Amino acid sequence: MCASQRFLLTFTYLSEAEKTQNASQPRDVNMRRFVDLHLRPWINDPDQVERMVRKSPELGYRLVSIPLPPNVTRDKVDQLQSICSDAKIDFVSRVDFVPKTPGELLQDLRRFRRRFEVVSVACTSKSVARQAAKDRRVDLLSFPANDIHKRFFDRAEAELASKALSGLEIEMAPLLSLSGYSRIRLLSRLRREVAIAKRFNVPVVISSGATNEYLMRGPHDCAALATLFDMPLPYALRALSENPLAIVERNREKLSPGYVAPGVRVVRRKTGV
Amino acid sequence: MSRRLRKRYLALKIVSEQPVNERDIMNAVWKAVLQLFGEYGASKAGLSLIECNSQKNYVILRCSHTAVDVVRASVASITEMNGKPAVMHVLGVSGTLRALRRKVLLQG
Repeated sequence: MCASQRFLLTFTYLSEAEKTQNASQPRDVNMRRFVDLHLRPWINDPDQVERMVRKSPELGYRLVSIPLPPNVTRDKVDQLQSICSDAKIDFVSRVDFVPKTPGELLQDLRRFRRRFEVVSVACTSKSVARQAAKDRRVDLLSFPANDIHKRFFDRAEAELASKALSGLEIEMAPLLSLSGYSRIRLLSRLRREVAIAKRFNVPVVISSGATNEYLMRGPHDCAALATLFDMPLPYALRALSENPLAIVERNREKLSPGYVAPGVRVVRRKTGV
Repeated sequence: MSRRLRKRYLALKIVSEQPVNERDIMNAVWKAVLQLFGEYGASKAGLSLIECNSQKNYVILRCSHTAVDVVRASVASITEMNGKPAVMHVLGVSGTLRALRRKVLLQG
């Protein structure tokens, strides 16, 4: 039996095993692990952080992320992690860069990328948006919700993001806080962006962006809100579970000590040399 | 011969700083549906209040089975009732009241 045949057999065996495993699991949406990648409490107010973190599992989330300042201390991260573990929820460290120039973005990425599990870039100019979209170290691209003219997610941006595996982040909080004409314009813009993202296979990530408990919504409610900008329900549920989870798992693997390259890990080191 | 209309029941939990009555709740729900889907959308929702429990802060609404997402999105967009911050979370959706009660009780 040649090597290629052996490989083929192994591959078939694995897929059969997967099929068996999938068949034994109920096809229930409750089996999904929902993720809120952007909870925005005031991190210097531990009470508010605790209230919001405790609320998340009640709403159905299994993993939350709170943006931290780049120069955050280890104690602060440990404190947040302990609050989350008390609430029986997984915590993901995240940093939001707001660079003014592409150079500033590169500098931030060089300095802080390895300290955080998720890196998001708030794109305030077109040049920053393009640089962020083509950089593989950037996980999420976010655009201001209150200024439609600064949402630079067009086809060129989507093409770059698709190649670099960056995702488009859509926050729900502005949809709740805006009203009237500004909400109409935001919905219209989001509809266009979601259509572009779908066409270029850019993963969309829906997050709450909540600054208090009153702006937090359950994953199924967020998915229902996403239908307002023509996002089909299964696609919206994926944007709340599989897509953010894939980003977190990919980065956790990259940040693990034995990681060398995709698919290559250090299994054992030779001792006594 | 027209087919029987299929319905869905939604159990909602209300989180508010002040106590709210069923009139405040329905006003907030109707206002949200009208804002997001207009009078045409609201007319197709077939929305009505089935039960309101002010002590336990939950309500049960009935709507057309085709309008569940419309009602869900509208309810999720509510941020205030009577000018005070308030939220409504969907606890469960079901085709019968009995199944809904069982589902919500199981969730605790």
